Amino acid sequence: MTTPPMPSTPQPQAPAQAPAQAGPAAAGAPPFPGQAGATYTSPIPIRSTHIGDAIASEWTKIRSVRSTVWTLGIMIFLMLGLGLLIAWGVSYDDGELVDVPALTLGFTGVLLGSLCVITLGVLTVSSEYGTGMMRTTLTACPNRGRVLAAKALVFFALVFTITTVTATVVAVLQTSMVDAVDATGSEWLRGTVGVGCYIALLGLISLAVGSLVRHSAGAITIMLGVVLLPLVAAMFLFAESMEELRRGLLEYSIPSQLSVLYGNTVTDSGPQGWTPVLFMLVLALVALGGALAVLESRDV
Amino acid sequence: MIEAVGLTKRYGAKTAVYDLSFQVRPGAVTGFLGPNGSGKSTTMRMILGLDQPNAGRVTIAGHPYRSLPNAPRQVGALLDAKAVHGGRHARNHLLCLAQLSGIPARRVDEVLGVVGLQDVAKKRSKGFSLGMGQRLGIAAALLGDPQVLLFDEPVNGLDPEGILWVRNLMKRLASEGRTVFVSSHLMSEMALTADHLIVIGRGQLMADMSVKDFISANSADFARVRTPGTEPKQREKLTATLTEAGGQVLPEQDGALRVTGLPLSRISDLAHDAGVRLWELSPHQASLEEAYMRMTQGAVDFRSTTDQRAGLQQQLAAPVLAGQPPVPGQGQPDWYAPPPPQQGGGQPFAMPQPAPQAPQAPGQPNPYAPQPAATPASPATPAPAAPATPPADLTKPGSKPTTEDA
Repeated sequence: MTTPPMPSTPQPQAPAQAPAQAGPAAAGAPPFPGQAGATYTSPIPIRSTHIGDAIASEWTKIRSVRSTVWTLGIMIFLMLGLGLLIAWGVSYDDGELVDVPALTLGFTGVLLGSLCVITLGVLTVSSEYGTGMMRTTLTACPNRGRVLAAKALVFFALVFTITTVTATVVAVLQTSMVDAVDATGSEWLRGTVGVGCYIALLGLISLAVGSLVRHSAGAITIMLGVVLLPLVAAMFLFAESMEELRRGLLEYSIPSQLSVLYGNTVTDSGPQGWTPVLFMLVLALVALGGALAVLESRDV
Repeated sequence: MIEAVGLTKRYGAKTAVYDLSFQVRPGAVTGFLGPNGSGKSTTMRMILGLDQPNAGRVTIAGHPYRSLPNAPRQVGALLDAKAVHGGRHARNHLLCLAQLSGIPARRVDEVLGVVGLQDVAKKRSKGFSLGMGQRLGIAAALLGDPQVLLFDEPVNGLDPEGILWVRNLMKRLASEGRTVFVSSHLMSEMALTADHLIVIGRGQLMADMSVKDFISANSADFARVRTPGTEPKQREKLTATLTEAGGQVLPEQDGALRVTGLPLSRISDLAHDAGVRLWELSPHQASLEEAYMRMTQGAVDFRSTTDQRAGLQQQLAAPVLAGQPPVPGQGQPDWYAPPPPQQGGGQPFAMPQPAPQAPQAPGQPNPYAPQPAATPASPATPAPAAPATPPADLTKPGSKPTTEDA
């Protein structure tokens, strides 16, 4: 048995081959390569594509699935509900906050809401792998970097907007309900835009992890570990020699950093001001860079 | 035009595609055939730049897929009908694909009409049947009005109306001068649709020729001759006479004879001269399916066996083995008798020419050796523990597998 690389090579068959080749040729097929003329060209002009097309596509994707509505809806509900409940509890108690503005009361809601953002970030990519949609997407746009960038940009913009707006609404309501020190302008900015940035960047890390792991449950578990483990580990490091590690874990754990944005610091030496956002930005860029490198080289 | 040169893909120790070279030309429907696991889908994925080949390259119109400018406007593909996010409704699914390549939204409604899904455009694709999913996938492939189209099993799950529609669609697309590359397991469908065939087995090219050539090269037409079943001697006599006259005679399971190399009239004359009565003398024209089965039966990785339900019965002793056919696979539903030896050697893809009792072993000694896949396996070749054997083990835990070693 021969395995001809070209269809026209089997010598014994040559006489029979010629008339048979005429069959498709009659239907408009050039029997041999290089024969031009019959090739179809679309009458609609082909324009080149850019990142804007990919962003429009990703926006269609993220708004057309229910997981987006559910996760972000629950996040808004948690932030508003917990924020108001805590503010109501404090004011009902007739208690006054000592030395801290009412903004700090928003922390609990955002911390729980961040879990929703993690889920959405992971699902944005891993659900495409889970369903096989990723193949369809990468066939429609072979530029993988562009797909990942568009996903990241759309996701960041959406989560940043939702979180910032909700955090602002909650902060305004809490401030009006509780007697406390007036917050300064920079404190307001950190407690709203800063928190929005921080949560959206955390979501971007989840998105990158989802792209690396390609499995929803696995990626969500990893991200929960990233958020919770350092704090839990710090609680159980009693040894003297571990003191420095314990302090580091405590200060740089994600809940602690988030509370820094609300003006609460666990220790005096930890990150201050906008440092948590910067820290998260670097982490997100590294994670996305890794996700891109793997995506470019891996079989889909 | 799709051109593959020396395409090779390995997944760990398994070689999915080995040194595959072919061309798919515009203006014709090219069928892509091969048994399950032979590397069809892997090849399709490599064409689309989803998988990176370990060696070789594949280009579309001279470019690798990933460097085509605006690829979806030039290549449309249906890989997997279920490769959609089930929670998104059909129109949004197509819309997000359209936006990726700058195709306006009204084109989405247009292709939804073309595939007949306009009524369920706002339904989530999770609830779609396989056939509706296929239609959605075909719609996605047609979105960009591309000149090259790839379809992996497009008629799976379609209703008869849908199958007819796909058949005509493929032909129309090809007649417009597009390149149409279709994989399918439905041979009757391929015989009607395809002009040209590329057949692979175990990741290697087995044939690249027109449908007509493929059938004539891989299945000799034969005559079925039946002598009175009550007189076995007549049968032996006729066999001897026909063989003497230069024909090849193979016994069939039901007692008939399969004769090649002699025209029907000659067989009749010979039988008459020998004084043998005939109960049947019928011409048998091979179908594409049979030609395909012939060619690929040596390269089938997954073969079903008759379910003897031995696992449900009380253990029987060895007598079960007494009735085993002498040849692996023989008597199984999908077994095709080996092709008869042919005169003149006019078969470029001739199957091995074994003695009737020793056809090709189901497991090739080395399927990825540089030699072509179906190198004649001599009867002496020890069949390795081939992938074809496990089904026998699974279905009959109480008895030995149906290999020639058994």
